[in-house]
Amino acid sequence: MTDHLASLAPEPPDLPARLDHPVRPDRPRGLFGDAWHALRRRPLFWISVSLILLVLLMAAFPGLFAPGDPDAADLSRSRGAPSAHAWFGYDNQGYDIYTRVVHGARASVVVGILSTTGVILLGASVGVVAGFYGGWLDAVVSRIADVFVGVPFVLGAIVILTTLNAGGDAGPVRIVAQVVLSISVLSWPVAMRIMRSTAIAAKQQDYVKAARALGASSARIIGKHMLPNTIAPVLVYSTIALGAFIGAEATLSYLGIGLRQPVVSWGVMINSAKDYLRVAPHALLFPAGFLTATVLAFVMLGDAVREALDPKLR
Amino acid sequence: MGRYVLRRLLQVVPVFLGTTFLIYVLVWAVPGDPFEGKCGERDCPASYVSMMRERFNLDDPLLLQYWKYLVNLVQGDFGVTSSGVQVLDRIAATFPVTLRLALVALLVEAVIGITAGVVSGLRDRGFLDSLVLVSTLFLISIPVFVTGYVVQLVFGLQLGWIAPTVTTPTFGNLIVPGFVLASLSMAYVARLSRASIAENRRADYVRTALAKGLPARRIVGVHLLRNSLIPVITFLGTDLGTFLGGAIVTEGIFNVPGVGGLVFRSILTKDGAMVTGVVTVLVLVYLLMTLLVDLLYAVLDPRIRYD
Repeated sequence: MTDHLASLAPEPPDLPARLDHPVRPDRPRGLFGDAWHALRRRPLFWISVSLILLVLLMAAFPGLFAPGDPDAADLSRSRGAPSAHAWFGYDNQGYDIYTRVVHGARASVVVGILSTTGVILLGASVGVVAGFYGGWLDAVVSRIADVFVGVPFVLGAIVILTTLNAGGDAGPVRIVAQVVLSISVLSWPVAMRIMRSTAIAAKQQDYVKAARALGASSARIIGKHMLPNTIAPVLVYSTIALGAFIGAEATLSYLGIGLRQPVVSWGVMINSAKDYLRVAPHALLFPAGFLTATVLAFVMLGDAVREALDPKLR
Repeated sequence: MGRYVLRRLLQVVPVFLGTTFLIYVLVWAVPGDPFEGKCGERDCPASYVSMMRERFNLDDPLLLQYWKYLVNLVQGDFGVTSSGVQVLDRIAATFPVTLRLALVALLVEAVIGITAGVVSGLRDRGFLDSLVLVSTLFLISIPVFVTGYVVQLVFGLQLGWIAPTVTTPTFGNLIVPGFVLASLSMAYVARLSRASIAENRRADYVRTALAKGLPARRIVGVHLLRNSLIPVITFLGTDLGTFLGGAIVTEGIFNVPGVGGLVFRSILTKDGAMVTGVVTVLVLVYLLMTLLVDLLYAVLDPRIRYD
């Protein structure tokens, strides 16, 4: 699972990659160069980036932060309050909450990243094709998207997941895959609509006409000319969506139909803590705090990137 | 306008069919016995199963099943659950509660969101503006169930200011759940109205009004607000549709006897007729709300013409 993280995580940081060398003042900067220039000076951007790096590190190497075993339960210490020995206390089963919160980062982050990748790949490719070709293809795709938007998210996810869960006991991989699938299936229309509207606007630009006049094929126009110019809004959406999907995963797990044992995640912890809210509120508050901080980091990053990419706001 | 309404209504039809078919397939085409566990701790007698299969048309091909369901639906017959309860009766009993909750949430969202947005949008980057920006970021990041439990824990259990659960769903009792339900959208409304006000503040008509010597109160209250709130109002409209369908979490935490709890319980107990019935109503409400919002757009903004 860690190699998934390694290959997928640095999505936003590929903006800075092309700017390793200092920008000379007389050299014109591109859209992303300009954005990076503006981002560098925003403290909010650096706060969110370091928070995200911390969470990613936690997800990749939980042992660094919490060497204990997340599955070590001891009923004799059930619902123990936070102390110097166990910073976050113990939950109803006698699990060490700190260890489980650290180990829970992985499932949440993996679900967030995989669903975002799924939504962006599906939504953006369908959107750019629909926007570029237009006509009946666009009409059909837009109606299909309407169907999926028409289903309320939580409701749709519950129905899909109960159907998928009907199979009985499942391993951790299958449980995660089900949650990723249901989030992606219900959320791709948003990415598709964003991409479609940018593609429609880009289609009428001169550079597309010029490329066509030079004899470029449709595939080449879409891949080489339109994609680099239309990807920015979807990129911003994907950053915010990543945080939102981590929250969605927690919501579904909290309802008892998303992730579940043996997977450790923040939502699973909140789900098992909610029945003991009166006697052991710390079992709910600590995972909820980590969850909120992670979502906040991604939303803040998305907000900063959006402001940097939108010249109107500067 | 009339032709546009007609075209939009026609567009709603395929979306409605697609959504209900999707849900129907997900609910009824599940592998496994749909009547498992419906007769207590023994297998259902064969006569019962065959009667139920007959009643829900389960021996027909899927498309025919759906068609029969749809024909009944159009005639106002939502069917009967496997325990013999009329689906429409249950919906009629719970929907007003959810509607009440949604209205409270909408009011909270509109009043607080718009006020915060207008106040911060009228000022350049200062303390108030930053406060609104940061607090909306926080609100967007906290999942609703976390807000719900924290509110329940702090105000309900520790301080004892409110009843932790709603026993009778009057408007007064629904204020706290309404706040929780609205918390996320409130932040979006604040940001939306802030951006809209900040953009329109430099518009020519504002400068003209200022040059005419109108008092600031009138410029903001009449000229600026009426133009800036158009996107906000459309957002509020779609949100009402979302509230009506998505209050499962909030209703669960505060034990509000609404549609969300009903549909969640029915899904868990595999009560297919109830699930399809409720979801159909919710989807219909959502689609009609979106339609209404589109039409409202043209009414509010005379620059938009649908022809």
